[in-house]
Amino acid sequence: MTYLKKSPWVIHYDASSCNGCDIEVLAALTPVYDVERFGIINTGNPKHADIFLVTGSVNEQNKEVVKNIYEQIPEPKVVVAIGICAASGGIFRECYNVLGGVDKVIPVDVFVTGCAARPESIIDGVVTALGILETKRLAMKEKGNETMDKSGSAV
Amino acid sequence: MTTEEQLTMPIEVGQLIGRVEQYKQGGYRLVQIGCTKIGEVYEINYSFDKDFVFRNLRITVTGDTEVPSISGMYWGAFVYENEMHDLFGIQVRGMNIDFKGNFIRTSIKFPFGAAIPKGEQP
Amino acid sequence: MTKQIIIPFGPQHPVLPEPIHLDLVLEDEMVVEAIPSIGYIHRGFEKLVEKREFTEYVYVAERTCGICSFIHGLTYCQGIEEIMQVEVPERALFLRTIWSEYSRLHSHLLWLGLFADSFGFENLFMNAWRIRERILDVMEQTTGGRVIQGSCKIGGVRRDISGEKLGQMSKDLDSIGQELEELTNVFLRDASIKHRLKNVGVLSRDDAYSLGAVGPTARGSGVSLDMRKTGYAAYGKLNLETVAENDGDCYARCVVRCRELFTSIDLIQQAVRKIPDGPTDVKVTGTPDGEYFTRSEQPRGELVHYLKGNGTKFLVRSRIRTPTLTNIPPLVKMLQGCELADVPVIVLSIDPCISCTER
Repeated sequence: MTYLKKSPWVIHYDASSCNGCDIEVLAALTPVYDVERFGIINTGNPKHADIFLVTGSVNEQNKEVVKNIYEQIPEPKVVVAIGICAASGGIFRECYNVLGGVDKVIPVDVFVTGCAARPESIIDGVVTALGILETKRLAMKEKGNETMDKSGSAV
Repeated sequence: MTTEEQLTMPIEVGQLIGRVEQYKQGGYRLVQIGCTKIGEVYEINYSFDKDFVFRNLRITVTGDTEVPSISGMYWGAFVYENEMHDLFGIQVRGMNIDFKGNFIRTSIKFPFGAAIPKGEQP
Repeated sequence: MTKQIIIPFGPQHPVLPEPIHLDLVLEDEMVVEAIPSIGYIHRGFEKLVEKREFTEYVYVAERTCGICSFIHGLTYCQGIEEIMQVEVPERALFLRTIWSEYSRLHSHLLWLGLFADSFGFENLFMNAWRIRERILDVMEQTTGGRVIQGSCKIGGVRRDISGEKLGQMSKDLDSIGQELEELTNVFLRDASIKHRLKNVGVLSRDDAYSLGAVGPTARGSGVSLDMRKTGYAAYGKLNLETVAENDGDCYARCVVRCRELFTSIDLIQQAVRKIPDGPTDVKVTGTPDGEYFTRSEQPRGELVHYLKGNGTKFLVRSRIRTPTLTNIPPLVKMLQGCELADVPVIVLSIDPCISCTER
């Protein structure tokens, strides 16, 4: 974890999950699992966030909401799709109102498996995301001033 | 097994308001309104409960029948009636809060109603 | 006249783990009207009964909601067993009761935490969730799953719990009870919490009953409505005292849930004492033909599954009426006349489970 120079903040959105993964995301933030010890804080404001945790599959109604939150998160950003519903729709994939995995709407960097995903796997997913975040940051840095001006978050 | 005695009384649409009024007077609470599509017709169940006594009124209507709203007697009925409209396409007359099809927004119209060919989701 | 403005609340809101959308009509800081609209997580899985056999649908039913998943599974199985006239072994019924009460404990603790967070007590939130992990550990040890258990099936349960383990669980509950005592004392006695919750979001007894409130929302207003009294599963053989408060405000609803934690512990310990030996499932043959409204008490209130079969492997209809759906009209009433800053607390006080509601 030497690359963890900063405190990445996460934002969580429940696309159309059954709640199982959502409460496990919250469980990961609370004492027993406690990702806050890595400086990871759950925020409600997309503009504060670096990592976007999405649970559940997307549908016609929340498609725009998911896209909107994604667009508001400043670069560099990482998307973690949590649970099987966020990957493919899971048990609900044949439902009329389910469009499919989150990757149909926004690019996903990490998929966390499980129904419901266990807090341990969620933490693992977030830690993987941190590595990707760092790669993205370096890539942005190399690209130079152009992108840096826009993002402001690159070192 | 703890079988509950559940009486279901089939009634005509015209009798609905009167019968519901009787339940309201009798101090029953509204448990639910639920719709089931059987072939070409729709069964609508109005369930009531008082001290764990479960009673059910059932009307059977065609898709184009306008059903009177019971929200005048049970204010909270609007959630079920809007749901019935949004999922089954049943027209409900005189709802106290009419969402006009926006209570549950679905990607296909009236998913439980007329058979709409739906593409297999991946 | 003051100008009215409409403020949208949600779907993505920091205090809400789930998306619900409310249009709040305000006059200055006062809410005149609240109009809910749902549909962000509507999946429409009631229609899956046409594609899944009735035995497989248990798993779908269980995923109605990740918080009270066990009770959804139980209620569905109960309905099918009722239609098919399956006599479930006693031991299975007791195990179902024990797991149901563990679900209630975990759900109420989860709610206490989120509720504390909604009025700005983060430490209390963390503490509630810390204790909750102990409950989830037992769930995992006995069923294999933390939040989605999958241990209920038509005709019984999938796993047995050994007598030794049951004894251990009952003993552990004593120490969990002590921790809960400390936790609930803060909720019940702290002056600033009382200040925040008393006389906020008042729902009168008459309104609660006539608007169809269920569960702690109804019991907080003095309507002692508890489906466990119908004696489904093994509740008929246990001694249950319904908890009810009369004030009808957010504080009363909080008190109800705090006291119910101890009722649940008591019920589990009673069940452990009374559980008979024997098989945990029976073989089920045939297909369901008939209909039944099966009712149970979820942590949030009365849950109704309407099941209708026609003698094939596939059911004709499964209609799930969840407690939150019927608690929405009372919520709309509670929000009228409150202040904007109290909206998150009032919304959370009914313990909304949107995933259940929208199905």
